[in-house]
Amino acid sequence: MYSFQPSEEQQMLIEAIKRYAMDDLRAAARDAEEEGQLPPELIEKGWELGFLQASIPEAYTGFGERSAVTGVLAAEEFAYGDLAGALAVLTPGLFTTPILLAGSEAQKEQYIPPVIEMEWKPYTAALMEPHFDFDPNALKTTARVEGDTYVLEGEKCYVPYAADAEAMIVYASLEGVTQGFIISAGAEGLEVGERMKLLGLNALPLYPLSLKGVRVPKDNRLGGEAGHDFAPILAASNVALAAMAVGVSRAALDYSMAYAKEREVFGVKVAQKQAIAFMIAEMGTAIEANRLLAWEAAWMLDQGKEEAAKHAYLALTGAMDTAMMVTDRAVQILGGHGYIREHPVELWMRNGRGFATFRGLAIV
Amino acid sequence: MIDFETPKPIKQVCNVVETVAVNMMRPVSRYFDEHEHEIPWDFINFMHNAIRSMGGTSMAPKEEKSAEEGGEKRPPIGYQRLGHMVEMLAWGDAGLYLCLPGGMLGSAAVAAAGSPEQKKRFLSRFMGEKPVFDAMAMTEPQAGSDTSAIRATAVLDEETNEWVLNGEKIFVTAGHKALIDSDGFVVVWASIDPSAGRAGMRAFVVEAGTPGIKVTKLEHKLGIRVSDTAAIVLQDCRVPFENILGSPTVEKSTKGFKGAMATFDATRPIIAAQAVGIARATLELLKEELEKNGITIRYGLPRQKLTNIEREIIDMEATLRAAWLLTIKALWMADNKIHNPKEASMAKVYAGDAVVKITQRAVELLGPLGYSRELLLEKWFRDAKITDLYEGTGQINRLVVARHMLGYRGKELR
Repeated sequence: MYSFQPSEEQQMLIEAIKRYAMDDLRAAARDAEEEGQLPPELIEKGWELGFLQASIPEAYTGFGERSAVTGVLAAEEFAYGDLAGALAVLTPGLFTTPILLAGSEAQKEQYIPPVIEMEWKPYTAALMEPHFDFDPNALKTTARVEGDTYVLEGEKCYVPYAADAEAMIVYASLEGVTQGFIISAGAEGLEVGERMKLLGLNALPLYPLSLKGVRVPKDNRLGGEAGHDFAPILAASNVALAAMAVGVSRAALDYSMAYAKEREVFGVKVAQKQAIAFMIAEMGTAIEANRLLAWEAAWMLDQGKEEAAKHAYLALTGAMDTAMMVTDRAVQILGGHGYIREHPVELWMRNGRGFATFRGLAIV
Repeated sequence: MIDFETPKPIKQVCNVVETVAVNMMRPVSRYFDEHEHEIPWDFINFMHNAIRSMGGTSMAPKEEKSAEEGGEKRPPIGYQRLGHMVEMLAWGDAGLYLCLPGGMLGSAAVAAAGSPEQKKRFLSRFMGEKPVFDAMAMTEPQAGSDTSAIRATAVLDEETNEWVLNGEKIFVTAGHKALIDSDGFVVVWASIDPSAGRAGMRAFVVEAGTPGIKVTKLEHKLGIRVSDTAAIVLQDCRVPFENILGSPTVEKSTKGFKGAMATFDATRPIIAAQAVGIARATLELLKEELEKNGITIRYGLPRQKLTNIEREIIDMEATLRAAWLLTIKALWMADNKIHNPKEASMAKVYAGDAVVKITQRAVELLGPLGYSRELLLEKWFRDAKITDLYEGTGQINRLVVARHMLGYRGKELR
């Protein structure tokens, strides 16, 4: 039976995140972007909303159950406030959610509670690699078996909080198949490079990694000795990023719409011109369309539908184009003012471009 | 709770409709495209009997029944069901779909604005042995999207207690079938007070055989050629007083006009469903043809690794799915009586754009095969365009969406 109505519980969560996203993340976004850092208390406040904790079962010290649908609802709201802040708050999920989805029982018991029980700490994951045709299913970082260990070699990039991370999952190709490996801070051969400078996301510390013969005990392969299926992890990441793309798009739409209703031109508000109004109509329509695409894909993941991974991919494909279109138009609607850093639309336009690139930077 | 599961009864009916689409529509698609204005009686009679045997008068949602005693009331799904059926029928053939007897726009207007007596009087005819058609006559040569420019008039003759209708209507879908080929009716929009603008606009039921109404022309069209698009002239056409839908007095408001527009809240997503059906047919054919040539789509790759054809198809699939979800959401809102003019227009804007783009790209991508009448693709390319035109062009629907988003009334955003 179709329904487009979030549950009461979800509605309450959305409201709480929305308040935080606007009052805290959005309020801090510009300074954080310019200064290149997010205040730790800001991240902690978002962490204390308990979104990730509520997606972990009691057995692993959480207080709920994971739902990708709840996840996309939350991710959109976080990103509506500020993308860098949203990714920062949710970074520990890059570590716990794949373990919850694909880890062995022992891994879940060992690795999830220390993250969930504590204040926000930098647990993270490394998926992306510095090649123009980076493909999560054809990694150039490799893992090979050597005695009782796996040996990892390769280059990673866009790894959030890598420099301070307590532990991380590094994804590598094991005989052509993407597999996760749990690596603790300070592992020999793991080198964190200099913080990356990017088109956007300046508030979020992202690092390159070099893996020079990093030895990982066999027990630390995600899923244990038998390994795991990477597809559900990637799909859960794709819907999260799709939802965030929708959130950033919505932020840009709302801001430019409010501006267009204030700004006078030729004796009327600029929003009263069809040239602008039609852009707004198309932006709103595309956002609604792609939100539903992300919702459906997330719902399919929760239901274990066979086509879920494909739909998650389609949802990200649609949402990343929407984010670019909408954020570009938001700048356009503000005209020259949109180009000035006093307004947030230029920031959202830079973030909007990122969704075609970001893979595995968020997961729900 | 957010849920995307298609209800079982809808799945079942869709299976039946798919059989119809495959066996009764697709095989005659080309023939009727090339024999414009020939009436597909075999298909019509078959569908009429099928709908009757299922106990319905049309495909349109029935009046909601009250909750069964003791049982839990099920959420209404009538419009969602209709949307699914229309999608499947349009997948079969968008023109033949428009030839279905009963339950078209005229009935929708009667169902939306008619009194219980009127519903009984006008809608019971669809239950008979012979198929009966209905139509809506709103557009005039000088009044398309701008319905306030309608010039047709209705004057009450108090002596005989009849409305006297005068005017000229065009683009009346199934007008010929409603007035000439069956004992149907046309719902005609006319003004009872031209000085009152939209507030004076009313709908009148004009039954087949009424003196003074004439079909003067059948249009020759780009696509959906099997569906007749009639021009109608009303010359001192007299209908009983009781044939007016809604109040016979003019208030200082546009309530009557808004009543007419409310019909669109359900019909616009239905047009979107047609668009989605045509687009799905196109995409399926495109993928089949490519597969014959050894091309399968590698989902999941970054764009940098995709071929152009793969990228196009993946983008089309995302767009098509999104269009369908917008459609279902708008229909779900209609079923649940949630005010949905914005969502209804969004669905139509998005689906209209999607099907036009998808059919146009598909013809291009299949090269000489795409342009040829050997395949139905070029027909779908022609059929698709209508969904971006009727029931409000893409531009009118953008205007509706923008007004709702911005909180503007018509005079603030023209």
